[in-house]
Amino acid sequence: MVNENTRIGEVVEATTTSFVSQCYRLYDSPYLGSIVKTGGPYPAFGLVYNITTQGIDPSRKPVARGIDNLSEDDVYKMNPQLEKLLRTDFFSITIGYIDNSKITCKLPPKPPPIYSFVGPCDDSDLLTLATDLSFIKVIVNSGLPATDELVAIIINKLASYNDNREEFLITAGKVLINVFPGDFRKMEYILSKVQL
Amino acid sequence: MNNNWNDENYIGLVIGGSISRGIDIRLDKNTKVEELVIGRFIVIEGAAHKFFAQISDITLRTADQSLIDMPPDLSDTIISGIIKETSVYIVIEAIPYLSLDAALSLYEGIKPAKTVPPHFAKAYLAQEEDYNTVFGEGDTDHFWLGSPLDLDASIHLNLDRFVERSNGIFGKSGTGKTFLTRLILAGIVQKQKAVNLVFDMQSEYGWAGYTESGTGEVKGLKQLFNAHVAIFSMDQEHSRRRNVSPDYLVNIGYNQIEPEDIVMLRDTLNLSDVAADISYTLASHYGQDKWFLSFIGIGGTELRELANIIGVNSSALATLQTRLRRLQRFHFLTTQESDQAINHIIDHLDRGIHVVLEFGRYQHEFAAYILVANLITRRIHQKYSIRKEEAMGDKSKEPKPLVITIEEAHRFLTPGISEQTIFGNIAREMRKYNVTLLVVDQRPSGIDNEIMSQLGTKLCCLLDNDNDVNAVMSGVSGANKLRSVISKLDSKQQALVFGHAVPMPIALNIRNYDENAYKDLGTMNNLAHYIDSDRDTKDLFG
Repeated sequence: MVNENTRIGEVVEATTTSFVSQCYRLYDSPYLGSIVKTGGPYPAFGLVYNITTQGIDPSRKPVARGIDNLSEDDVYKMNPQLEKLLRTDFFSITIGYIDNSKITCKLPPKPPPIYSFVGPCDDSDLLTLATDLSFIKVIVNSGLPATDELVAIIINKLASYNDNREEFLITAGKVLINVFPGDFRKMEYILSKVQL
Repeated sequence: MNNNWNDENYIGLVIGGSISRGIDIRLDKNTKVEELVIGRFIVIEGAAHKFFAQISDITLRTADQSLIDMPPDLSDTIISGIIKETSVYIVIEAIPYLSLDAALSLYEGIKPAKTVPPHFAKAYLAQEEDYNTVFGEGDTDHFWLGSPLDLDASIHLNLDRFVERSNGIFGKSGTGKTFLTRLILAGIVQKQKAVNLVFDMQSEYGWAGYTESGTGEVKGLKQLFNAHVAIFSMDQEHSRRRNVSPDYLVNIGYNQIEPEDIVMLRDTLNLSDVAADISYTLASHYGQDKWFLSFIGIGGTELRELANIIGVNSSALATLQTRLRRLQRFHFLTTQESDQAINHIIDHLDRGIHVVLEFGRYQHEFAAYILVANLITRRIHQKYSIRKEEAMGDKSKEPKPLVITIEEAHRFLTPGISEQTIFGNIAREMRKYNVTLLVVDQRPSGIDNEIMSQLGTKLCCLLDNDNDVNAVMSGVSGANKLRSVISKLDSKQQALVFGHAVPMPIALNIRNYDENAYKDLGTMNNLAHYIDSDRDTKDLFG
């Protein structure tokens, strides 16, 4: 279940492998690379790979409004309707789900329903995910742009939840070598981003 | 199957290979490569067979070429931790020699490997019981020769098979050939597998020899086996100085020298082929018994006349005479027509008493050594040939298997003369007549290839000359792999054994020849009884 106090949005589009959520508040999205959790019969875990903000009506593009304002914040203060005319969405790739209260790193039998609540993962979920890194392969094979970056972010995040950071990074490195067979440099590149 | 295998001995998985090239085994990440050495014996657990193999090569490999082009920063513990378990790995190559069918008993099931284990079969380091399975345990046939290079297990030599064929012991000077030879001779005496005739050039086998460092003394065969060994000496003074009382002093009549002996001495006396061949003409001219003395006794005029009569170049004849006269300085040669010494030797051998012929001061005289060894061996050859023919009609006349040990063998078995001499003959076919050679040599490349390939079992200490290594390996399958083992042996007390008497090649540490060995080797009560009764019978009934 998604915690009522921390939930940030709702699913507005869902497929077997990914879902799109709309934020309740403009710009109030999770960070790129963070892991979110949905509600629904098969609560899914998603890795945020893209965040967009645009007008709610695709046919009406936003126009520049700040020429007479002193700061960017003033633009929103002077035009309170903007909060309702614009929307922030975040796109997640599904990396696992909860089956009978157990976290498993596979695709859910059904995607989350539209309007499922979406919120951040709690620490215990992250710790469980950190024990099975097979989702890294899902991310790499997804064909999304900037997967290296995404993988680095998620490894970094999971490492910070792990007591033995070094041991975790070695395990993650081995998974990366498996995912990129014969390409040591790629693994090295991703890990170099993690350790920064 | 062996139940005692455990993860401790597990080294890795079969990942490829072929019968001709060997099996590739990828080492497990926990296996320490530096603890594996070339020549080490391993066991591979196939589905229905257990394979016994020997490590022939160790290769460092990487899964990613870029790692070699640009080595990673190994000071980063994370990177090095990942690499060690994923991108770099070690593959050992092992030659499967034997396979044991799990469904059959040890003795029926063990056969030369004619197939390979399947992919991902597990490989283990061989344990003591594996060695025992393959090399047998110490019993009446198996003689404890040493232990594998890195395990405290016993390797046994099947002496029954060993004495069936001619064998060779090779190695550079100072690598322990003499010790190894002494040990094997002692084994043959102890296990009563054959009777030995040792042409002991440096007087090292009979009463006592010296340790490798030259400081201490080790017991010879006589001290270990007493009445079962007789020391024959060519030089009484030398024996006396060493405080050794020989059982018999050997004198040889000039009448015993035959043209074949001269051919054998061709290189040592620096004779041309033609000059050496003239001795045959001389023998037919003067008669087989008298030719030598008659020829060296004649003066210049007579010599020229003789040259005319037999139709040879007189200067060649003169050279031959000068060179043959050199043999007169050997005090053991007598003008009396005597073949007593040779008969004595044969008599001893017949009674099962091992004979060590010490050369005393002639230890540096190759001519003396070659002459005597050739002469005596030829007589024995004649005798054994006759005996064996007689035995075809009467099995009780079967001659005792005889092992003749010769040192500096390349002087007897060089390509040019090996076909004409008795030793070449024995190496090639005397097995049928129960006579085999134990060839001890430091320069195997000087020995005729054909003979090298006929040797049944070869025990090879360190050799680093390529020609020598090639010579030892002639006629051996998988020679390339063994070659690297030979050149990596320690310079002392290590040898590679391969051939007829061992089921598979094995590199080993030769056992110590010390007080414990004396105790172990010196027990042979059964033989004492056997020899005494034999002698009593002879004394009583002639």
